[in-house]
Amino acid sequence: MNLNLTLIGQAIAFAVFVWFCMKFVWPPVMQALQERQKKIADGLDAASRATRDLELAQEQAAEQLKESKEQAAEIIEQAHKRANQMIEEARDNARLEGERMIESARGEIEQETQRAKEELRTQVATLAIQGAERILDSSIDEAKHRELVDKLAAEL
Amino acid sequence: MAGNNPTSSEYIQHHLQNMTFGLHPEHGLGLAHSAQEAQEMGFWAIHLDTMGWSIGLGILFLWVFRMVAKTATTGVPSGLQNFVEMMVEFVDNSVRETFHGKSKLIAPLSLTIFCWIFLMNLMDLVPVDFLPMLAQKIGAWFGADPAHVYFKVVPTTDVNATLGMSLAVFALIIFYSIREKGFSGFVAELTLHPFNASNPFVQALLIPANFLLEAVTLLAKPVSLALRLFGNLYAGELIFILIAMIGLWQLPLHFAWATFHLLIITLQAFIFMMLTIVYLSMATEKH
Repeated sequence: MNLNLTLIGQAIAFAVFVWFCMKFVWPPVMQALQERQKKIADGLDAASRATRDLELAQEQAAEQLKESKEQAAEIIEQAHKRANQMIEEARDNARLEGERMIESARGEIEQETQRAKEELRTQVATLAIQGAERILDSSIDEAKHRELVDKLAAEL
Repeated sequence: MAGNNPTSSEYIQHHLQNMTFGLHPEHGLGLAHSAQEAQEMGFWAIHLDTMGWSIGLGILFLWVFRMVAKTATTGVPSGLQNFVEMMVEFVDNSVRETFHGKSKLIAPLSLTIFCWIFLMNLMDLVPVDFLPMLAQKIGAWFGADPAHVYFKVVPTTDVNATLGMSLAVFALIIFYSIREKGFSGFVAELTLHPFNASNPFVQALLIPANFLLEAVTLLAKPVSLALRLFGNLYAGELIFILIAMIGLWQLPLHFAWATFHLLIITLQAFIFMMLTIVYLSMATEKH
């Protein structure tokens, strides 16, 4: 248990070990640790960034879906409107056409009536004369009474 | 057991004697053949067993850590690298928590202290007779009297080893104090503290008292550091030796004490490291 040179030898050995540890052991291990720490931090960072990107993309997709749904609804709405309009137009056209056809038919009827009247008029005159001729047995001077009968006929 | 059936006290003393190499006034240069001769060699002798084991274990520690440090990858660490990194981080955290200055030395110093002392303490768990017996056989083969071959395996049960380390730490304490506060600051800390007076005359009177107190405080650091480690391990070793003497019953007792001692050797290594950090951080902090 006596103190001796071992004391100094031990102190020197201790100093050498500490120096070696400080020079060749501590720095590389520490560097590796720090680099790994950085790597892990970067990895976590990237992961969180990716999650954020994914969220953003999902949001965008949802928004686009909503937009396209709105557009589709609008298009359908327009189509409905257009269809209604077309039906309305067709109805109007049909009515106008019908009216026009009725109008022209009425004109034709008028014309026909007119013509029938004209024909009737001439035929009535002839028939009257023939009848009168038959009744009077040709005693009546045709030239004389022609004027009278014509006048009568004109009153028709 | 040493020699021809030694008595209990001879057995214990034999186990507690270092292998001392030095210059004896009568027998000249050589190994001490007894405690008496080792004493007579005085200061200029060296304990070959303490030096051998401590340096060997220190090299083992540095070799393992250096091997890992060289191949350290930033990827997934292997088993050994994991262990080394765990130790390094543990020490680094301890240093960070306690030492707030900037120093490249403190952390590797603490790592060396912890691992080295732990390994040296660990030798305590080797059965007490195993390596000394081996040494005696080898000594006998070389023609020495086995009774006079002394071999102490645990370096930290040699007060020279612990005091050598604590003196190195003490040198660092003084170096850091002077570097951080300057020589005058260091002297002022020793003399103007804890008693302080605004009157210069009274202050001059207080300086001797202050110096006495502060010098004791300062010197107590390395002494307590060394003796705490030495005392714990010496006592533990002594109990191992006592247990080894009681025959077959030593086996369960040895196991129980070894289990408990495992705690002590770790704790003592940790305490030595922590106190070194604390002392050095005290040295660098200004009051």
